[in-house]
Amino acid sequence: MLKIKDLHAGLDGKDILQGINLEVKAGEVHAIMGPNGSGKSTLASVVAGKEEFDVTRGYITFENHDISELDPEERAHKGIFLSFQYPVEIPGVSVTNFIKTAINETRKSKGQADMPASEMLKMIKEKADMLEIDRKFLSRSLNEGFSGGEKKRNEIFQMAMLDPKLAILDETDSGLDIDALKVVAKGVNKLKSDDNAVIVITHYQRLLDYIIPDFVHVIMDGKIVKSGTKELAYELEEKGYDWIKEELV
Amino acid sequence: MSFKDKLLSSYIGLEDYLEFDSPLHDVRNNAIKIFEEKGFPTKKDEEWKYTSLNALLKPDYSVYSTKERNVELKNVRKYFLHEIDTYKLVFVDGVYSSFLSETTHDTLDVCLMSAALNKSKYKAVIEAYFNKAAKSDSLTALNTAFTKEGAYIHIPAHKEVEKPIEIINFSTGNEAAMFLQPRNLIVVGENAHVQIIERHQSLSSNAVLTNSVTEIFAEKRAYVDYYKIQNDEASASLIDNTYISQQRDTVCRVHTFAFGGNLVRNNLNFYQKGENCDSTLKGVTILEGKQHVDHNTLVHHIAPNCESHQDYKGLFAESSTGVFNGKIIVEKDAQKTDAFQQNNNILIDDKATINAKPQLEIFADDVKCSHGCTIGQFDEEALFYLRSRGIGLKEARALLMYAFANTVLESVKIPELKTRINKLIANKIGVSLGFEL
Repeated sequence: MLKIKDLHAGLDGKDILQGINLEVKAGEVHAIMGPNGSGKSTLASVVAGKEEFDVTRGYITFENHDISELDPEERAHKGIFLSFQYPVEIPGVSVTNFIKTAINETRKSKGQADMPASEMLKMIKEKADMLEIDRKFLSRSLNEGFSGGEKKRNEIFQMAMLDPKLAILDETDSGLDIDALKVVAKGVNKLKSDDNAVIVITHYQRLLDYIIPDFVHVIMDGKIVKSGTKELAYELEEKGYDWIKEELV
Repeated sequence: MSFKDKLLSSYIGLEDYLEFDSPLHDVRNNAIKIFEEKGFPTKKDEEWKYTSLNALLKPDYSVYSTKERNVELKNVRKYFLHEIDTYKLVFVDGVYSSFLSETTHDTLDVCLMSAALNKSKYKAVIEAYFNKAAKSDSLTALNTAFTKEGAYIHIPAHKEVEKPIEIINFSTGNEAAMFLQPRNLIVVGENAHVQIIERHQSLSSNAVLTNSVTEIFAEKRAYVDYYKIQNDEASASLIDNTYISQQRDTVCRVHTFAFGGNLVRNNLNFYQKGENCDSTLKGVTILEGKQHVDHNTLVHHIAPNCESHQDYKGLFAESSTGVFNGKIIVEKDAQKTDAFQQNNNILIDDKATINAKPQLEIFADDVKCSHGCTIGQFDEEALFYLRSRGIGLKEARALLMYAFANTVLESVKIPELKTRINKLIANKIGVSLGFEL
C-alpha cells in the first residue's frame, strides 16, 4: 500500500529525514517509535503532504502511484489520513459542518454528488456513539477550547467518518488519560480491516497495549535504525533508547 | 463653485423656511459657522490621515431631491429583515416613505425627526437631547445645520420593545448625484430595551454621498442593541457619525458589518457617563475592488467601574483599503475601568492595505486596558490541517476566512439577522460549503 524509498526531507536545506525505507501493506499495523526530535512527526507530515518540507531525495508511493508531488488534499482523496499531534482550533466552524465539508469535498473530487443529509446524520450518529462522543460536542467550534483528550477523540471521529485506507496517528496517545486512551484504541480497532493500514507514532509502549502492532520501527536521527515485532516496544519501554545507540556504534 | 460653497449658499436658502423662533435656530446657525470655518476634513487632519474625501466631493451633488420617486416594495423587500415583524422607518432620497414604513406612537415613539422638530409635544425631548452628544466636528456640524429628516425614536422607561426597529435609507438615483444627511435621535428611557438595525442602500449606480448623524441616549439601566449593515453599491459612499451617551448601569452594543460601498467612514463614539457601563463595539469588514472602509472608534471612559469590548475583524482582497483607528480614553476618575480592544486583519491579496492605529490615553492608575492588533496572511498550519482532510486549497482558504469573520457573529442577538449576515459573509467570500448556513 505505502512504500517509502530512501526518503530525504527537511526544512531550509537541512534534512531531517535521512533515508527512510518503509513498506506498509494492507491489513498491517506499524508502530514508529523514537526519541524527541528523531523525525517521527516529520515523517507523518511528509507522507500527508505538508508543503513546508522539501523532499530532496527518494520517493513515496501509495497503491503503486508516486504521490511525492501531490497536494495534501489529493493525498487525502486517495485515502491517506493524518491524525494531528496538535489539532488546529478553528473557531466559528462546528465539528459537524467541518466533517460535512471534508466528506463532500472528497466526494466531489471523485465526481460524486454530496452525501444526502439523512445518510450523513446517520453516519455521524453511529460514529459518535462508537467513540462515546456527546452530540452537543459536535455543534461546538472545531477544537476550540477542547481538552487534549477531546481533541484526539475528535481526530479519531473524523478518521471514522472519512474511512481512510491509511491512517497515520501522530502521538494520538499524548494528553490522554487511560480511559480516553481505551476509547480511542477501541475506535481504531473497530475501523481496522484487512483492506486498510495504520501507522501509530508514539513515544510510549502504553498505546500499543491496546492497538497491537505487527511491526515496530525505531527512528533515530531521521533513519529507521531497528525494526522488529511488538516485543521491541516492550524492550524500549524497559531500557530506553540508549542501548540501540550503543548497538549502532 | 465648490461643494462647500454650494452647501453654504443652500443653507441661506434653507434658513428662510426654518422655525426661526425655535431654539434649534441658534444650534443650526452655530453649526453652519463651524462648518464654514473648518470645511471638509483633509488628510492633514490627524483623524483623516488615511482617508481622503477629495474624490468624493467632486460630483455636483443635489442637496435636495427635486423629484419624488416611488419605490416598489417588491423591488426592495430583500433589504428588509422580512422574516420577522419589525417597526420600519424608511426614507427614499431623504424623504419619508409612509408606504414602506411602519411607525408607532403606542407607548413608544417610532416616528420622524421632521415631526419631532415641529410639534410642540416633542419640544422638551428635543431641547433636552438634540445635539447634546454630538461632537462639533465639521461633518457633524454640517448635518446639524441641515437637520430635516431622520428617525426619531423615544422609548419610555421600563419599556421592552417587542420587535426590532429598522431604519432604512434608500437612494433611487433620481438625481445624477445625491447628497443625503439623515439625522437620527434615539432616546432610550430608564430600564428600557431596544434593538435597532440601520441600513443605507442605493438602488442605482448614480453617485450618492450620505453624511449621517445618529445620537443615542441610554438612560440608567437601559439596553441598546444596534446593528449597522453597510453592503451598498460601488457608487455609494457613507460617512456615519454615531454618538452614544451612556448613563449608569447601561449596556450598549453596536455591530458594524461593512461589506460594500465605495468609501465608508464610521465615526463611532461611546461616552460612559455613569458607573457600571458596558460598551461593545464589534465589526466585520470584507472588502474587494477599490473599496475603502475606515473605522474610527472612540470609547471615552469618564466614570469608574465600566467595561468596553472592541473586536474588529477585517478581510481585504484585491486593492481594497481598510483603516482601524481605535481610541480609548480613560479619565482620571474612571478607576477600575476594564477596556479591551482587538483588531485582526487578513490581507488576501498583495495590493490590499490596512492601516491600524490603536490609541490609548490613560489618566487613571487602577485600570485594566489591553489591545491587540494583528495583520497577517493565512495560518499555514490551519490550511494544512483542512487540506489533510480533503478540503482543497481554495475551499480551505474560504473556510478559514468564513471562520475568522464568523466569530464576531456570536454576539448578534437577532437570530434571523445572524443568519442573514452569515449568508452575506459566505457570499462575499465565495464559500459554497457542504453545509447549510
